Amino acid sequence: MRKTINLRKGLNLNLRGGVESEDVTMVTPSLVAVIPDDFPGFSPKLDVAEGDIVEAGTPLMHDKNCESVKLVSPVAGKVSAVVRGARRKIERVVIAPEGNGSLVHDAAKATSAETVKTLLMESGLWAMMRRRPYAIIPQAADKPRDIFVTAMDTAPLAWDPETLAAGKTAEIAAGVKALKLLTSGNIYIGIKNGSQMPDIAGAEMVEFNTLHPAGNAGIQAANIRPVNKGEVIWTLDIITLARIGALMLTGKADFETTVAVTGSEVKTPRLIKTVDGADMAQLTEGNIVNDGRNHRIISGNVLTGIPVGNDGFLRFPYRQITVIPEGDDADEFMGWASLSPSKMSTNRSFLGHFLNRAFSPDARLQGGRRGMIMSGEYDKVFPMDILPEYLIKAIMSRDIDQMEALGIYEVAPEDFALCEYVDPSKLELQRIVREGLDYLRSEI
Amino acid sequence: MKALRNYLNRVKPNFEPGGKLHAFRSVFDGFETFLFTPNTTSTSGVNIHDSLDSKRVMIIVVMALMPCLFFGMYNTGYQNWLGAGAQSFPFWEIMLYGFLAILPRIAVTYIVGLGIEFIVAQWRREEIQEGFLVTGILIPLICPIETPLWMLAVATAFSVIFVKEVFGGTGYNVFNVALVTRAFLFFAYPAQMSGDNVFVSTRPILGLGYNVNYADGISGATPLGQIATSGAGEQPLNIIGDPISTWDAFLGLIPGSFGETSTLCILIGAIILLWTGIASWRIILSVVAGGLFMGWVANTFQTPTYPASFLSPLDQLLYGGFAFAAVFMATDPVTAARTGVGKYVYGFLVGVVAILIRVYNNGYPEGAMLAVLLMNALAPLIDYCVVQANINRRMRRTKTSA
Repeated sequence: MRKTINLRKGLNLNLRGGVESEDVTMVTPSLVAVIPDDFPGFSPKLDVAEGDIVEAGTPLMHDKNCESVKLVSPVAGKVSAVVRGARRKIERVVIAPEGNGSLVHDAAKATSAETVKTLLMESGLWAMMRRRPYAIIPQAADKPRDIFVTAMDTAPLAWDPETLAAGKTAEIAAGVKALKLLTSGNIYIGIKNGSQMPDIAGAEMVEFNTLHPAGNAGIQAANIRPVNKGEVIWTLDIITLARIGALMLTGKADFETTVAVTGSEVKTPRLIKTVDGADMAQLTEGNIVNDGRNHRIISGNVLTGIPVGNDGFLRFPYRQITVIPEGDDADEFMGWASLSPSKMSTNRSFLGHFLNRAFSPDARLQGGRRGMIMSGEYDKVFPMDILPEYLIKAIMSRDIDQMEALGIYEVAPEDFALCEYVDPSKLELQRIVREGLDYLRSEI
Repeated sequence: MKALRNYLNRVKPNFEPGGKLHAFRSVFDGFETFLFTPNTTSTSGVNIHDSLDSKRVMIIVVMALMPCLFFGMYNTGYQNWLGAGAQSFPFWEIMLYGFLAILPRIAVTYIVGLGIEFIVAQWRREEIQEGFLVTGILIPLICPIETPLWMLAVATAFSVIFVKEVFGGTGYNVFNVALVTRAFLFFAYPAQMSGDNVFVSTRPILGLGYNVNYADGISGATPLGQIATSGAGEQPLNIIGDPISTWDAFLGLIPGSFGETSTLCILIGAIILLWTGIASWRIILSVVAGGLFMGWVANTFQTPTYPASFLSPLDQLLYGGFAFAAVFMATDPVTAARTGVGKYVYGFLVGVVAILIRVYNNGYPEGAMLAVLLMNALAPLIDYCVVQANINRRMRRTKTSA
């Protein structure tokens, strides 16, 4: 009998443009980028130069704090650009794909905690996991209390990762076996209610209902066994776990990914098979509605995703693209008084609230930024034993003791995404939380 | 709409820094965002936002106050007609009389309050905050109709500046701005703000209405005012000396502050606020529970020393400003308790203290205002305890796992 947890707090947004067909189209990217900003806690130091030939799996950068932690090229090809920003910060390393060479590690030797750790770091998969506190990549010295794997994605319009991992039971089992060496605690796999996924030896399967944010690894952890001060947990998703397993079985890290192209401004929402870091232009080509409106092309879902534009790249950890109207070209007369059924809201003063329909919201704030006025709004969509308003206030006042006491070690910015969505004061909660976590890490 | 948009776009440069009207930037900005939803799109975090914003929140509260406002107009005229001994009560004339009586008061509070908001917004280079839209209508509703306009202006200015703006504006104030306005009036000008002669409009306005002469056995005292000074268990009387029934008190055809006499209209407002989720049902429910509880306690131990203890718990809810305070004052999210459990405690204590002051303090026939202000001050303490409980739970968890 699997353990089942039903979360009552949360919100599923009903948006237009979900993928309906399971057919997968192959798309070869014309460029692939690795972006260090997608790996919080990683301070990049370059290992390659422009013009270098690389294989899939060749390290492009290593972490200044721990040299073995690498970000690797997801494809074979040539380093076509190293883009730097202000103060020579590495913004991205761009690869032009060519050939299909792949770096093979000696996985047979990885039988102990130390060797598995080194293999994960060298292969680039280490950086694909996250640890709490701080919601950053795992640190070399970490001895995680437990490891939480999520096999569900409840974000708006997301595709079910369980179907993508369906044929990979052997890899998942191998991944669990490897991670088991790194923790003295449990490996929990969070699956949706009624999941078809078979039990995996060495892991504990926990079922969740599919009310967003129940699919977030951190939310699952908080409801299975929350992080306490002084403890470390790791979180990852089922696809990364399968990648770790594949690495253990074959010595090759797999960077192929299946992306759901979704959103109201997409002609035909569909699944695309490509690689990590693929360029958006190829993935969305010919598939964006030509309605004369400005579009926001998001790598990820509407709540946590990054607006990258058509010349951007697929960002880690997202396996989704969402295209919505930008909305900066809209002239809405007295929108605050609107009775229009197309306004999306959780509030019962909007007609749309009562209609069982899918919405196509745009990116406007729908109001002005204000002080925190309403109370209890965040709590309705925040299924953790944490008082979100008070934690946010503690972060804003940079009160370290209070942040610790109120549970900042348990949270990641993504956990606040729904709070930020419903907030009538339009505060930038995810940014506030990220800055708070970074501040705390720099002070301690 | 297109023409209006184009016009705004054309005049906008005048209000930007360097433009000749830049001193009115905040005013222009206020009107522009009022007319057209801003096109600002999100730059970090979530890419879509819920359509609810603080403008809509405030407007919903204003709408919920409308039944009370309209009833207040009618009741103001009705009391005047009744006090003058009129035999017929023409609806539209009475409404017009009430409208003319309240209009200058609403105008004064809005002009003074919004004026200060505009100046502060300009000075701080911020957007105008909508909080005063609600406060500006609340103030006339909770003051006696005969409050002199200049007092209203002074009191509004005092509380907007010293209760709200010095703390940082809407969302940061400790006390309910409208209630402090009333408390300021009550304590600064007690002669003009209490007693028997301020709750009924006694003069004709623009030829409408009558002169009400208190000498003729007519008394404009509120039910609670009468009870506080009368003997044990006496029935409160209306302006011409007929007994007030529970039904009258529920409908609100009794002397009292302009908008808070009608429990019926307050209930309509409560339904709007609860339906839209703007007011906390936890607070309203627990204020009523607290009021009933304390009313029951007082009624059980009734004593002629405290005449109000003879009121039944239900009458306690219907008379005075109790219902209005429960629905519109205690629920102000900024000054109320913010935690879920805290709201129950806060609301219950508001109810208890309101009746406590009303019954056991002969100096103040009504306690709702002071109860809410007192609990505004204590709300952070209540929240502190709830937050501390959460913190302790986390500490215990750390200890058991270590």
